[in-house]
Amino acid sequence: MSVRRLAPPELQPKEFSFTPENLAWAKQQIAKYPEGRQQSAVIPILWRAQEQAGWTSQKAIEYVADMLGMAYIRVLEIATFYTMFLLAPAGKKAHVQVCGTTPCMLRGAEELFRVCRKRINHEPFHVSADGNLSWEEVECLGACVNAPMVLIGNDTYEDLTAASFEKVLDGIASGKPVKPGPQIDRQFSAPVGGATTLKTVKA
Amino acid sequence: MLDDKDRIFKNLYGTGDFGLDGARKRGAWDGTKAILAQGRDHIVNEMKSSGQRGRGGAGFPTGLKWSFMPKQSERPHYLVVNADESEPGTCKDREIMRHDPHLLIEGCLIAGFAMGAHAAYIYVRGEFIRERERLQAAVDQAYAAKLIGRNNVHDWDFEVIVHHGAGAYICGEETALLESLEGKKGQPRLKPPFPANVGLYGCPTTVNNVETIAQVPDIMRRGAAWFSAIGRKNNTGTKLYCISGHVERPCNVEEAMGVPLRELLDKHAGGVRGGWDNLLAVIPGGSSMPLVPASQCDPLQMDFDGLAAVKSALGTAAVIVMDKSTDIIRAMARISYFYKHESCGQCTPCREGMGWMWRVLTRMAEGRAHKREIDMLFEVTKQIEGHTICAFGDGAAWPVQGLLRHFRPEIERRIDQYAANPHPEPVRVAAE
Repeated sequence: MSVRRLAPPELQPKEFSFTPENLAWAKQQIAKYPEGRQQSAVIPILWRAQEQAGWTSQKAIEYVADMLGMAYIRVLEIATFYTMFLLAPAGKKAHVQVCGTTPCMLRGAEELFRVCRKRINHEPFHVSADGNLSWEEVECLGACVNAPMVLIGNDTYEDLTAASFEKVLDGIASGKPVKPGPQIDRQFSAPVGGATTLKTVKA
Repeated sequence: MLDDKDRIFKNLYGTGDFGLDGARKRGAWDGTKAILAQGRDHIVNEMKSSGQRGRGGAGFPTGLKWSFMPKQSERPHYLVVNADESEPGTCKDREIMRHDPHLLIEGCLIAGFAMGAHAAYIYVRGEFIRERERLQAAVDQAYAAKLIGRNNVHDWDFEVIVHHGAGAYICGEETALLESLEGKKGQPRLKPPFPANVGLYGCPTTVNNVETIAQVPDIMRRGAAWFSAIGRKNNTGTKLYCISGHVERPCNVEEAMGVPLRELLDKHAGGVRGGWDNLLAVIPGGSSMPLVPASQCDPLQMDFDGLAAVKSALGTAAVIVMDKSTDIIRAMARISYFYKHESCGQCTPCREGMGWMWRVLTRMAEGRAHKREIDMLFEVTKQIEGHTICAFGDGAAWPVQGLLRHFRPEIERRIDQYAANPHPEPVRVAAE
């Protein structure tokens, strides 16, 4: 069980509210669920709040709770239970999630952690000296045949080595991100060198 | 080897168009109306006779599961698709959602119709952001083409709602998924009542895996006999295998159920790194399943019964290969850490036991343990297994049991090695 707490009061912003676009989007989400079941939309809406602010603050939690008519504790529970909610400010440009579970570990995820410790910060969840990057070790991200891999923002970077991971980080630092997906010559999850099946049918 | 014409997922590698046009060229949405016209009972019976077993891990017969839904009821019925693919080693549903999403949507319509549901919720794991966007785009196409939605061409009003989580492995457990979908913490519910009676919003609900549902249109189009002719009795059809770890060319591949492990690895994944003799063990069905040592890997049929025979299970058919360079105790300790991290904290044996197992295994990886602790660890796994609300406890205990069953000498050797080496006194630090 991962024990997670809100950021200390001195880091918490004074207020939070959605931009008009996000507010309209949130209303659409609520409408997807049956009458009286608006609570179902809590994860998508809280996620949008995190996308807007970069992390999930106490005020954002309270704002979402008010919007959905939920008790604050119920949304606080969601924010602390689901580990994708970042409860403290992360790197300004990117928060790097490195998969460390066994399939990635077997194919060299530990090298990627070394790169993170060297380039970003020795400790996970701490921002780099320039404030642009932060990192954490996460559990299986579901791209095991493309191990080792990282998730940065909305994109995965797969089939990494220490060198290609450095290039990915360079791309983020310079504002010219490299193409997401496998970082070696490979068609998604097909074997390197070309698929062994589906040769006689056209996709 | 499975013939290409018998493959269901023709765009597995994303070489073609994921959208409606591409999907139609590959045969999706063809004659769906005629399938529905055959009636609910026919579809359920056809699924039963196809012998398809759930592709999400437990392997429960799909047709039978659908038949548990009430025939008539005052309450709405729901189909929930479990796309919370988080089992370490598994990455098959991801390919379906981003490369062949229309098979899933069509499957939802057929399955929903067969159980009297007018709505399907697809619960995608939070980390699959691009996959979710793809799936949503495909759903929008299907709405626009009036394939689903109100007053659609199939004369069965049907909504498909793409929902997502935010990083909790436990939400792959069906009742935890329903809790999460209702906007709560994903903590599993006690069963009974089963979801078929009291599921989402207290209504009859069936939860199926993505691959299970995405295979349905092809089973209905080509017939149960076609599906059941692949594989062997009780283990029919095709299956997406995910081959990761120490192979030359890791990949996803669709193969016939029951394909021999060695053939699977040699033909599609370039074989074990360093040759077959360099194999130490495989985890055959995602991290929850006990490992199988190399001595039992050839011959080994990769299906439900074949793996049960070696005291493991097919699970999600995610094959994690480990060669002789692997520190097997550390590898399993890392899996224990995964379970420690992902326990929902509801049941004491699991919440406390996961951390306990991880700490002991971490010490054992260094050899810093007593031999009597090996038996104690086994005893603890037995006290977790079967004593929790959901199967998470079992899934975390089995891999440790598998390690102890097959690699006890390795653990003992490491303890001996540690004990034989003189260790420096701990550095004394002044207690200031």
